[in-house]
Amino acid sequence: MLELIDISKVFNPGTVNEKVALKGLSLTVNDGDFITVVGSNGAGKSTLFNAIAGVFLADRGKIMLDGRNITFEPDYKRSHYIGRLFQDPLKGTAPHMTIEENLALAYLRADTSTKPFSRISRKEKELFREQLRQLDMGLEDRMNTPVGTLSGGQRQALTLLMATVVPPRILLLDEHTAALDPQAAEKIMNLTREIVKRNNTTCLMVTHNLHQAVSVGNRTLMMANGGIVLDLTGEKRKDLTIEDLMRMFREQAGKEFDNDRILLSD
Amino acid sequence: MLHILQTALSLGCIYSLVALALFLSYRILDIADLTTDGCFVLGMAVSVSFAAKGHPILGLFLAVLAGGCAGFVTAFLQTRLGVPSILAGIITNTGLYTVNLMAMGWSSNVSLIKQETIFTMFRNTGIGGSWYAIVLGACVSFACMALMYWFLSTRIGLSIRATGDNRDMVSASSINPMFTITVGLTLANCFTALSGAIAGQLQKSADINAGTGIVVIGLATLIIGETVLNGRKNIARNILACLVGNIIYRLIYAIVLQTRIIPIEGLKLMTALIVALAIAMPTIRENIELQSRVMRETQ
Repeated sequence: MLELIDISKVFNPGTVNEKVALKGLSLTVNDGDFITVVGSNGAGKSTLFNAIAGVFLADRGKIMLDGRNITFEPDYKRSHYIGRLFQDPLKGTAPHMTIEENLALAYLRADTSTKPFSRISRKEKELFREQLRQLDMGLEDRMNTPVGTLSGGQRQALTLLMATVVPPRILLLDEHTAALDPQAAEKIMNLTREIVKRNNTTCLMVTHNLHQAVSVGNRTLMMANGGIVLDLTGEKRKDLTIEDLMRMFREQAGKEFDNDRILLSD
Repeated sequence: MLHILQTALSLGCIYSLVALALFLSYRILDIADLTTDGCFVLGMAVSVSFAAKGHPILGLFLAVLAGGCAGFVTAFLQTRLGVPSILAGIITNTGLYTVNLMAMGWSSNVSLIKQETIFTMFRNTGIGGSWYAIVLGACVSFACMALMYWFLSTRIGLSIRATGDNRDMVSASSINPMFTITVGLTLANCFTALSGAIAGQLQKSADINAGTGIVVIGLATLIIGETVLNGRKNIARNILACLVGNIIYRLIYAIVLQTRIIPIEGLKLMTALIVALAIAMPTIRENIELQSRVMRETQ
């Protein structure tokens, strides 16, 4: 169980660029939850993910994972149990290194006691090949290709694999299909569903696609102005239509902003 | 003539370690490590001072250790204390001037007259005949290249490569980028110091100013090698480029020295020009392409 208790974050405090990104946000994520997160630009979705991943320290509040306080743990330590995908497919992989080398790095998360001077073993190569085969993109035959030569969809699929090759406790997906063409986006989304289901991973996904927001996962959060304004699960969510969500979104957005362009663009 | 060739080859082998160090810091980690100049002299000072007391081999080991410490200081400044990376190198480099004088017993140069060096020891074994300096230099150079190649394929080596390639991805793989930068810079400076240590024993002297411009020469040789071998493609070629570039540079140096086409004092300027041009080349090419397109399409 992941608990965020009264998390606040202000960027550039005391300057003209001051931005309250999270305002006393509290959230409990249950094991096995697959949560979709919607909200307009500047609502605090990415900031929320950054706080969970440990990219920065929250100004106030506490983050607990399975009863353990992880508020002050740096991002590289949290990455042992938190996997993350970004909108930009370039962010998750090292372009000048081969597919195999990228996977080997991702596999470091498996074991804290891995010997630093050990090399990629034949057994691991076989494991990587097997994992790549499941992506069904032919990447298993291109293990020695630099990742920079792959397409965006292929890179995002590889990043997804890297984030889950050692199943994380929490998986954070930050609009991870938004930069891809529709076909690649669908492929990545199906892979995501499959992998999350197989490992029963607890997952949070930011999306601007309202269809995805209501159809994927078991819980939907709407964020506005650094807080959670709507939290739907169970029966309430089952009956939720895109139109409902859009209406609620407009109401919220209308209160705080005058900008729902993002919402309508999907 | 033969003697010139021999000198060029042996110096090329020895100085290739500096290029190897810069390959690790500049190419792999994407950090311009300006500790290099002072670190080279540090290695030289420690090694020659110990050789002068009759411990040439111990001198080499201690020189490598000292170089590693210098690299660690630079890494510590930039990873833990927030000093910008270029400034961190300059600060360490400045401090090293005093340390280097100290290592040479507060004198600005130390000479070996009759004391043994690793080169005289090696000559006495009879291996390589009159080419002994080259044989020894090449052995060290190839050993270091092999070590670097192996190191970069280990997990820690892969982590260091990823740090220079995509730092976000490194923290996402549960590796602390501060740690990889520290290991990388420390190791790079070990190589630089070893280069200085061996060079000092070859020329039987250490001088406080011997390191001036070493970082630029090292970059020049790295770039020359990469261009000749088309070496940015894979790690093995890139490592070999360090040696090839150095030998070419040393041959050019020898020719200039012999023929005086340009005054020998002008060589540093020439080196600086080569480096500036080589690094600027992609931008220059881009500008030329843009200009020619503008010319073509606005006619």
